[in-house]
Amino acid sequence: MSGFLAGLCVAALPLLAAGFWLGRRTARSPSLGGLGTPVEHATFETLHTASLAAPPLRAGLTGETARKSVRRLRTLLGTDALCLTDQDTVLAWEGAGEHHRDQIMERLAGPLETGRGEAFRLDCDEPYCPLRWAVVAPLTVDDRVYGTLVACAPRESAVLVRAAGEVARWVSVQLELADLDRSRTRLIEAEIKALRAQISPHFIFNSLAVIASFVRTDPERARELLLEFADFTRYSFRRHGDFTTLADELHAIDHYLALVRARFGDRLSVTLQIAPEVLPVTLPFLCLQPLVENAVKHGLEGGTAEVDRSRISITAQDAGAEALVVIEDDGPGMDPDRLRRLLSGEVSPSGGIGLSNVDERLRQVYGDDYGLVIETALGAGMRITARLPKYQPGVHPASPLTRD
Amino acid sequence: MNENYAVPAVALVVVATVFVGAFGLRISRTTSDFYVASRTVGPRLNAAAISGEYLSAASFLGIAGLVLVQGPDMLWYPVGYTAGYLVLLIFVAAPLRRSGAYTLPDFAEARLASQSVRRLAGAFVVGVGWLYLLPQLQGAGLTLNVLTGAPKSLGGVIVAVVVVATVAAGGMRSITFVQAFQYWLKLTALLIPALFLVLAWQGDGAPRHAFDEPATFREHRVVRIDAALDLKLTRPLTVTADGTVDGVRHESDRVRLPAGVHRIERGTRLTFTKGDPVPIADRGSNGGMSTSLAEGREERPLYATYGLILATFLGTMGLPHVVVRFYTSPHGVAARRTTVAVLGLIGAFYLLPPVYGALGRLYAPELTLTGDADAAVLLLPDRVVGGLGGDLLGALVAGGAFAAFLSTASGLTMAVAGVLTQDVLPSRGVRHFRLGTVLAMIVPLAASVLVGGLPVADAVGLAFAVSASSFCPLLVLGIWWHRLTPPGAVAGMLVGGGSALLAVAATMAGFTGTGTPHALLAWPALWSVPLGFLTMLLVSLATPGRVPAGTAAILARFHLPEELAGGQVRTEAKA
Repeated sequence: MSGFLAGLCVAALPLLAAGFWLGRRTARSPSLGGLGTPVEHATFETLHTASLAAPPLRAGLTGETARKSVRRLRTLLGTDALCLTDQDTVLAWEGAGEHHRDQIMERLAGPLETGRGEAFRLDCDEPYCPLRWAVVAPLTVDDRVYGTLVACAPRESAVLVRAAGEVARWVSVQLELADLDRSRTRLIEAEIKALRAQISPHFIFNSLAVIASFVRTDPERARELLLEFADFTRYSFRRHGDFTTLADELHAIDHYLALVRARFGDRLSVTLQIAPEVLPVTLPFLCLQPLVENAVKHGLEGGTAEVDRSRISITAQDAGAEALVVIEDDGPGMDPDRLRRLLSGEVSPSGGIGLSNVDERLRQVYGDDYGLVIETALGAGMRITARLPKYQPGVHPASPLTRD
Repeated sequence: MNENYAVPAVALVVVATVFVGAFGLRISRTTSDFYVASRTVGPRLNAAAISGEYLSAASFLGIAGLVLVQGPDMLWYPVGYTAGYLVLLIFVAAPLRRSGAYTLPDFAEARLASQSVRRLAGAFVVGVGWLYLLPQLQGAGLTLNVLTGAPKSLGGVIVAVVVVATVAAGGMRSITFVQAFQYWLKLTALLIPALFLVLAWQGDGAPRHAFDEPATFREHRVVRIDAALDLKLTRPLTVTADGTVDGVRHESDRVRLPAGVHRIERGTRLTFTKGDPVPIADRGSNGGMSTSLAEGREERPLYATYGLILATFLGTMGLPHVVVRFYTSPHGVAARRTTVAVLGLIGAFYLLPPVYGALGRLYAPELTLTGDADAAVLLLPDRVVGGLGGDLLGALVAGGAFAAFLSTASGLTMAVAGVLTQDVLPSRGVRHFRLGTVLAMIVPLAASVLVGGLPVADAVGLAFAVSASSFCPLLVLGIWWHRLTPPGAVAGMLVGGGSALLAVAATMAGFTGTGTPHALLAWPALWSVPLGFLTMLLVSLATPGRVPAGTAAILARFHLPEELAGGQVRTEAKA
């Protein structure tokens, strides 16, 4: 009997799951349909179709995105056939009469040149072909023609000309947004490059000065420090790949700290607590080192009163599908309001673009949920927490872990 | 069995697990120890951790129980459990690591760039995880029941509470160390008593008739029947009965039972004398740790054996708690080395349970009647060695058994909770991970309390069958075939894994009757795995337009060593 119950439970679970899924799928349209007057209903429907067609186009105008969106666009226009073209070819054709492809491409030279819409008659040998007439509406971004939207119909219709024009304008806006996305990505890439080049000149001068001071008294130490310096700069000036592994980043931090410690000696103490499970985690290149640098600056250099000793702790914990990295210093801390303004870019930071840049890059790569969490107050030190997902699509380390 | 030793041993294991989990890594290091602090997990440590997580109640208790009841045929279980890692090593380990995926849904997304495949893979992870958790909880219940006479559900509840508490509180931070510790604990807990048992067996004159059919009682033995059963006798048998036999009440009477089937009611005590053959129990679907699957085996032994082999060989790669551990390896080569080490460690461990099974057949044959065959490992030290030594060894075994439940259950709970938090529950955050943990455990716990269920090793076999029919095609084709498409993957997982899941459900519900259909449903892997592969292949071929863009680059990354894929040969770091 109990075995029967168990089987029933196991059998019922997938059914329940399927029912839940179906329910969620079907719940949407009726809830829209029951709302408002027929006119409002039609408006909702149109807006809904339009919103469904938008996401693919946000990736730009390519064969695949065109294919995904053209079906929704045809629903929006209600024509017999609709096609999206770029400057040379038909990207996607939805509806009847695909044999008109070439004919339409021939007629597009004009609109592509001028960026103005056009309507023309289609000649067709096939007796049952419903397409006799085509409306061309160009897709333009910043006065550049990216492609066209062509709606085909059995007869002339001013309404269709107008509607096709509006839809084309709407598609153009989406493409413009895609352009914007691309330039934002480029901007961030540029920022990363900027950050790479941003090993502060002070750091280089200070390091070289420290090394110089050891050359006579302790040549062996000087040699070691030079090697650390070489390793750190090699890592920082690396040109390829946007991502690295936590292990490599920690090694870079180690080289950095060796140089800093040579300068400050006993005044700086660093404790590490690192879960070996998270060392293979991939993360944006040079996104923890600036945080450590920040902690060092805060603890020893920053603030008005010179601090005698500073303790920094670096922890990396395993937390399910994420790694939790915490960098803590016991320096003078910071006014939270000032920090907030600093992070939102209202105030330009005094030294380096560290925190806000790291925060922005983490958000860019992992989404807004994964920004830095900073806990601080005046006189209370600072604690920076970064959450790094163990897996994120498209995030791969550029080079392997150091083998040991 | 003396609970004065066993209960503290179990408590000690629980406390040690929590302690190592929470404080194993709390040792802070200064920068001078940097290379020590940031050393990646080596293949051997990781292999011990994987083995610790993998060796579950099915391995620790179940195999010995099956060998005891059904003899040496059951040695395919340990062989299959080990050989699964060979398949994993050859086809999956390194490319899976190089894919950068942490969980199986991650792999699906990394390979096919499709959210729907990811969600479906997540659903199967939850399904396989729950199926696998069920026998762990049952095994815990059985262990505690044998040790202290506590109700059968109590042990499961204890394991569930301990696991949920430690996982949800973030107490499994140094999970690699915990699991490696658990492996060595489990090995010790089986190895030392086994040595003593073998010595005692030698001292007993090394009787060799362990697998003679049928087994016989070696001494005067009173057996209490906990659940009504049908006794099949091939020869007439005279026993002393105290209770109801064939509807007739007996009060310590000598009863002569003719050959045939006899109904023994619950609570009856049967006293066998030395040399009596052990009768075969036929339990139907009346619960207890029944051997319902074994019937299918008896009718179609060859089919059942191949079904088992296929399920265990191909199912290992789809076990969610095993897959996540490969992420810890720093690169593909290390993942391969880890797998080789796992083969060695698991192989060594699996030499032991059959010893217990064989000795159990000699010294505790009545376990086949009471339905507690899975408890053989726990009872043998007391039975064979006896005295204080037996008690202490029994306590050691009990501790090891709890280590098995805790390690596998915590690994599975983390894997299932991870999927629930990421892909099912609405938004992210620590609170949701806790909710996910509770959810991951409450379903199998409810199932194990509600139902007596299957023999431990059989239930695990079913989890393997589902995993082999859903994840094996996805992983193998995903890694080795460039024409796999998202619709193909979805269809293959649904058809292969879904049919295996339905077969499992039908088997557990006892819908299957007897004969060929029962064998087909009880050992689904032999047809459901090819079905899954075939569906995935055909649907993928039918949808050539849906091959994800960038497949070539993705596969290149899976297969090329990291140095090449990174685009440069890294200069050796100073260290």
